[in-house]
Amino acid sequence: MNKPIFGLLLGGFLGVFDGLSALISAPETRPEIVGIVIGSCVKGIVAGLLIGLFDKKFKSLPLAIVFGLAVGLLFAYWVAHMQETQLGRHYYWQIMTPGGLLGLIVGFATHRFQPKGAIA
Amino acid sequence: MSPLSDPSVERLRTALEEPDLAGTRYTLVARLGRGGMGSVYRVHDLALDRDLALKVLTVLDGAAAVERLRAEARILAALEHPGIVPVHDAGLLEDGRPYYAMKLVRGARLDVFAAGKPGIGTLLKVFESLCEAVAFAHDRGVLHRDLKPENVMVGDFGEVLVLDWGVAGVGTPGFMAPEQAAGDSLDQRSDVHGLGRILDTLLPPEAPRPLVAIARKAAASDAISRYPTVRELRQDVARFRDGESVGAYRESLLERGERLVRRNPTLFALIASYAVVRTLLLLFSR
Repeated sequence: MNKPIFGLLLGGFLGVFDGLSALISAPETRPEIVGIVIGSCVKGIVAGLLIGLFDKKFKSLPLAIVFGLAVGLLFAYWVAHMQETQLGRHYYWQIMTPGGLLGLIVGFATHRFQPKGAIA
Repeated sequence: MSPLSDPSVERLRTALEEPDLAGTRYTLVARLGRGGMGSVYRVHDLALDRDLALKVLTVLDGAAAVERLRAEARILAALEHPGIVPVHDAGLLEDGRPYYAMKLVRGARLDVFAAGKPGIGTLLKVFESLCEAVAFAHDRGVLHRDLKPENVMVGDFGEVLVLDWGVAGVGTPGFMAPEQAAGDSLDQRSDVHGLGRILDTLLPPEAPRPLVAIARKAAASDAISRYPTVRELRQDVARFRDGESVGAYRESLLERGERLVRRNPTLFALIASYAVVRTLLLLFSR
């Protein structure tokens, strides 16, 4: 398993959890939870893939963390912006803060951890 | 005639045992210690202007001991390893006693080194180096047979040297394996037992349970229950040092969790931050 695949899997896994957290933070979204989880998972997969590719090229922990944070914030901003246009309400803080943190975690973990037999 | 006092007898014995170094390239500096088979002296090598350790048989030793000392010198010479004290020279003194000259190890005996409480990480590194030296000897078919802290030197630069490769086969009570005490045949596991006992003496009373389990497994009375090789013992210690689970100890789920957190503090701090952020957002959104 190489870094992009590792980032992709980790991002997707954490994305599912992040999406499910909407059940607690915004119970009114329960009818749309499947869509939210799938969207969050896809967002995590794409972000994880990008972070993995970035880390494969630059091989730097600080850069991986900064890039992970930036990608996490960017994707979360995009989701929050879509919600604002569709629902007329904005959740920028609620979506971007944990989204940015998740990107940071994926950046850190993708750089630091590699499953056994991994080829960077 | 009044009897000689104990110190006088000791002085006489020391003078008698003192090696006659005439005809060699060495001059006597001091006696370093007396072992089961001979005495070790600090000597000065006139040819190369350096101090060495010289092992010489005591006058009371017989022909079998002469051959054993020669064999020990040959074994040491064959074991070229950074953890095994190198032999530089061997020969016969004018009084007929055999000797061999080896590197003079500057540093502290392992028991003295450990008494300085250098920290468990440092002690484990020293122990792993000791295991590497013994494993190297085992690969060449040589058993130590008398592993104990007094036979391990920790040099001034952290180097670890194993001394006194006991060709005589006489172990030390408290460190020798039960099969050695019983006079049975020995194999690598007999040295594994000695290493387990050494590890046990190095560990502080509040040592982590996995480490205690490693020492107990290595020093098990039954040879079958021990690590089959020194290399496997070393690997288990290395696993502990790297924050991994060890083969000698079955940890509980809680201990496993604690170990993972200790091993990856930054990752768990980040995950905790995420959980805190989520909780705060939940509280402030209501």
